[in-house]
Amino acid sequence: MIAPNIQLDPQGRLRHLLTIEGLKRQMLIEILDAAESFTTVAGQAVKKVPLLRGKAIVNLFFESSTRTLTTFELAAKRLSADVLKVNVGTSATNKGESLLDMLRNLEAMHCDMFVVRHAESGAAHFIASKVAPHISVINAGDGRHAHPTQALLDIFTIRRHKKEFAPLTVAIVGDIMHSRVARSQIHALTTLGVSELRVVAPKTLIPSHASSLGVHVYHDLTEGIRDADVVITLRLQKERMESAQLPSEHEYFRQYGLTPEKLRAAKPDAIVMHPGPINRGVEMSSEVADGPQSVILEQVTNGIAVRMAVMSMVLGRAPEGTV
Amino acid sequence: MHPKHDVDALIVKMADELTATVQSLPLDDVLMIGIHTGGVWVAERLHQLLNLPLPLGTLDISFYRDDFSRIGMNPQVKPSALPVAVDGKHIILVDDILHTGRTIRAAMNEIFDYGRPASIRLAVLGERRGRELPIQPDVVGAHLSLESHEHVKLLGPDRLSWSVVRTP
Repeated sequence: MIAPNIQLDPQGRLRHLLTIEGLKRQMLIEILDAAESFTTVAGQAVKKVPLLRGKAIVNLFFESSTRTLTTFELAAKRLSADVLKVNVGTSATNKGESLLDMLRNLEAMHCDMFVVRHAESGAAHFIASKVAPHISVINAGDGRHAHPTQALLDIFTIRRHKKEFAPLTVAIVGDIMHSRVARSQIHALTTLGVSELRVVAPKTLIPSHASSLGVHVYHDLTEGIRDADVVITLRLQKERMESAQLPSEHEYFRQYGLTPEKLRAAKPDAIVMHPGPINRGVEMSSEVADGPQSVILEQVTNGIAVRMAVMSMVLGRAPEGTV
Repeated sequence: MHPKHDVDALIVKMADELTATVQSLPLDDVLMIGIHTGGVWVAERLHQLLNLPLPLGTLDISFYRDDFSRIGMNPQVKPSALPVAVDGKHIILVDDILHTGRTIRAAMNEIFDYGRPASIRLAVLGERRGRELPIQPDVVGAHLSLESHEHVKLLGPDRLSWSVVRTP
């Protein structure tokens, strides 16, 4: 598939963040530890640290986003970077050449980082392979491929509640097929060595090679979340779906929608997560989304600290040869 | 003097000197803050000796360093933890070694991002020549005579002792 290696510099440090695949456990832990320190910035009267003063970060979102775009922007601003958002329509034709031209223009403006979201898998890799040597690229979601900062904020949220990864049973419920979030979560959670990782979905929403990723496949919700410590639900990606893959939202909710009754199969202290935006009454009921086990809004808050950690690690690499 | 002093004795001496300062201030507004990592070890002992009512605060100045673009992100960064609002507090900032003064500048910048303290005093276990900023300590454990190629490091946290490292 796509070579993940271009995201590391010759000293093995993170230069771009494109995918979780290929990142070592130590690197993931380092990101989580840095993120932990950045959580205190939100408690300051001045919610800002001067770390990336003078750096220019461009949000290049070719696909719509509210949460991810906002939290990336806020993260960059809390690091004192200058942030600009380039409005790029999804309908841009002739992408190849005009995209490269746009990159050259942004480079000419002395930007330091591109945060890229794109509907096509591999878009962030493509951009990372073309940028000038001093520029870093962060993948904010590419097609069905990867959404590494989402997976990082998810494991960060899990660690804050569960401390150790080794004993955990984690169930990812929903549209695995179209989910870049699920792919990145699976890479992160297997790298961290959770005890058991399950995916729970109808046959049509699970890719055929799923078990080769080291996950256990379930088609029954109650069985799939039984005794789980963490239940991650995913949004039904209707925009990436062909009509035949799903009977109806009502039917999906009946079988796979998380309700307080069904959640009882999981451990009593299980946490419930969702990357947002939630379709209430489809992936879960409001009682669960707003209930005591839900950590969905914590995920949003944690996303800022995690993105601050990634941005400062990538831009804060000491110049080569000085360490 | 050479860094062979008994660190615990120096801390007791510092506590003695700080007592007068603390007594001149409203006790409930005295906030001691240690700078990671060595400064926290010294501050923990001072805090106990002075029997301060407010819990000890800790500061990691990694996000406020002025050499970030030169040396990069500190992978061992710890969260800062200030137990109470700093507004109106009389702060006693504690570090292990005062050298260039840049750490103290960074620490003060960070403190002001948390609020507006009434005053800041500086207590350091060891002080050496080489200031690059107009920053001076209020209380000093020991004045260290070191060559520019010598670096002193506090070892801890259980038993505190100096270690001198010579760079070629």
